[in-house]
Amino acid sequence: MGPRLQHHLKDAGLTALVAAGLGIFIVGFRTYDIGKGLTFDYQFVDLGIAIVTIFFGRLGLSLAADGLSWPALALGAVLGAIGASPLKLPSTFLHWFVTLAGLLIVLRTIWPWANHGLAVARHSPRGVPVGQAIAKWIGAALLVVAVILPMTPLGDQKTMDLAVLILTYVMLGWGLNIVVGLAGLLDLGYVAFYAVGAYSYALLSTQYGLGFWSVLPLAGMMAASFGLLLGFPVLRLRGDYLAIVTMGFGEIIRLVLLNWVDLSNGPAGIGSIPGPTLFGVVFAETAPAGKQTFAEMMGIPFSGNQRLIFLYYIILALALVTNFFTQRVRRLPVGRAWEALREDETACKALGINPTNTKLTAFAVGAMFAGFAGSFFAAKQRFISPESFTFIESAIILSIVVLGGMGSQIGVVLAAVLLIGLPEWFRDLGAYRMVAFGLAMVLIMVFRPRGLIAHREPSVRLHPVHRRGAA
Amino acid sequence: MAYFSQQLINAITLGAIYGLIAIGYTMVYGIIGMINFAHGDVFMIGAFISLIGFMICAMLGIGSGPVAIVLVLLLAMAFTAIYGWAIERTAYRPLRGSFKLAPLISAIGVSIMLQNYVQLAQGARPKPGGQVVEGGFNLFSADGFDVRVAWLQIIIVVVTVTLMAGFSWLIASTPLGRQQRACEQDMKMASLLGVDVDRTISLTFVMGAALAAVAGMMFLMYYGIVDFFIGFMAGIKAFTAAVLGGIGSLAGAMLGGLLIGLIEVFWAGYFSSEYKDVAVFGILVLVLIFRPTGLLGKPEIEKV
Repeated sequence: MGPRLQHHLKDAGLTALVAAGLGIFIVGFRTYDIGKGLTFDYQFVDLGIAIVTIFFGRLGLSLAADGLSWPALALGAVLGAIGASPLKLPSTFLHWFVTLAGLLIVLRTIWPWANHGLAVARHSPRGVPVGQAIAKWIGAALLVVAVILPMTPLGDQKTMDLAVLILTYVMLGWGLNIVVGLAGLLDLGYVAFYAVGAYSYALLSTQYGLGFWSVLPLAGMMAASFGLLLGFPVLRLRGDYLAIVTMGFGEIIRLVLLNWVDLSNGPAGIGSIPGPTLFGVVFAETAPAGKQTFAEMMGIPFSGNQRLIFLYYIILALALVTNFFTQRVRRLPVGRAWEALREDETACKALGINPTNTKLTAFAVGAMFAGFAGSFFAAKQRFISPESFTFIESAIILSIVVLGGMGSQIGVVLAAVLLIGLPEWFRDLGAYRMVAFGLAMVLIMVFRPRGLIAHREPSVRLHPVHRRGAA
Repeated sequence: MAYFSQQLINAITLGAIYGLIAIGYTMVYGIIGMINFAHGDVFMIGAFISLIGFMICAMLGIGSGPVAIVLVLLLAMAFTAIYGWAIERTAYRPLRGSFKLAPLISAIGVSIMLQNYVQLAQGARPKPGGQVVEGGFNLFSADGFDVRVAWLQIIIVVVTVTLMAGFSWLIASTPLGRQQRACEQDMKMASLLGVDVDRTISLTFVMGAALAAVAGMMFLMYYGIVDFFIGFMAGIKAFTAAVLGGIGSLAGAMLGGLLIGLIEVFWAGYFSSEYKDVAVFGILVLVLIFRPTGLLGKPEIEKV
């Protein structure tokens, strides 16, 4: 016990030391701008508490990893109690920090037991993995929930707003999934096509008075041709180079939109974009001359929620089209070629698949769906500016795909709800949620590099797999 | 001519800063084949630590002068190096041997985390400060235009050249450099021959971060303002520099940094400053399309 404890203490001490080194300047001194120069004050108390917490947190984790459950649990409980207690720590953040550290230790301690329980539960008595059985039905169940959601009392304005947002990201995720998940091309500039779609609709509707439904295919085509244009020269590149070039393209498009003021109105953006109509019926409080509002037509009082629910069904339909397209195209030769290319490019070449053309189709199809989503976004927001199309959007969409498990359609939904829905609920946390977002990306890569739903089953097999019995 | 010379001087200064950051990308890519997307943010951390370091020096009465600069330089290098080490240890090492894109995505996560962490700890507004070296001299005058060289520009170039020379020596003729080159060629074989691969990779990150810290300090002294978002653009440009020069090659990183500095400054000087970033990205795209190995890189043969 002695040397082991000593070892853990030393380890925890080192961790705390590193944390102190990391924090001493950035956290320890807070700079303030006071008109004629910069000044700072000290936050050493906060830093000290955080470092002590890190020391005990690390100690608890290594005790738990070593199988010393009871001391670890006790430590976790003490930390949790301190964090939750009315004790006056310097900031609410520290309360959270200490509590979470305690919680983490407790979770880490009970993890082996919980894991064992899960492993047992994962197999039904007949030996069929429960996960697969559930996965079959979960999609249908989610669809039913999605369709009836606006009709339930849950569908108030706030929820619908969030649901529209989540579905937009689900659609973008599914679109990008074609490029990243199926064809295995890492695209870090996906938001560029989203921007092309959005600006296509914004410009065509405000300049030429075209409606949403007639622009929608145009926006898709526009984005797809941009995909072809950008993809053609770069698709010969290896994975990570491709990623950087696509990111470069994404930034170029944003910078052009920002600076080409004659076309895009620059940073001021484009406003008063008309919303989509339902067979010529508008969703607004008052209709323009010669049009009818939805509320008038139905003879019901107007409410802002009608428009949201309409938008919700549009994006739901668009997303489902994307999903349906992906599911079907996977079974076509081109879809199979995408998956084959993802697995082994050299072998594909040997088998006579033209990698450039195949990649190009994936790129263009993915771009097309981003274009659809973009024009929906413009119609929903009624105002767009280059601010909405920064690199971070591409990173978020990509992380939805990757966290969901590349190639898994249901994983994308799960990840979108997790990454978009949860942070929206915690919007008050401000920048903290973005720290947590980055942390989540790292943690999921470390602990589940294959994504939440690890799924890379080929769509077709020469020989069906033989089911193994319960382990 | 005078205008041209002035732009050239400015471009070399900027190129030196990019070159320092680019070395970090190139070394990491050379040794483990990943794009360390968070490197730009490590540079940003270095700039912030320098800013705070200068303020502490001023408070202690060391003020401006060479002592403060050397002190802050060492401070920033040491403490930014801790960031480099910690990032590698927590976010990249567990992913070694995972699928190819995992480290890149993890690096994007680290980048987002670092930016928002600094934003939380230091506020979102740009911070002025760090302009401790002022003045310069007139190199020559022509066409009624004075070509000025600031002392600071000389300091930046001298520090950069010294560091790069020291660094090339370190890679070329120390045991550590030998181990790094061994890992770069064949990690498994190197570990069989007794090279501590983990330690070597850690040290690579530490060195890259220390150089990024120098670049951050130079950036702060040169522009006199930092915010939490400077790492993104600077990082991408430095990465472009590394690719342009041939990723994996130290000399290439320096050359690439210089070229990117030239392109950016001259584009802004002669065409339009709005599109200077577009020009840099355009160069990146063109280089990758027509010469993916860069100017000094070796072609990579894909083995089946």
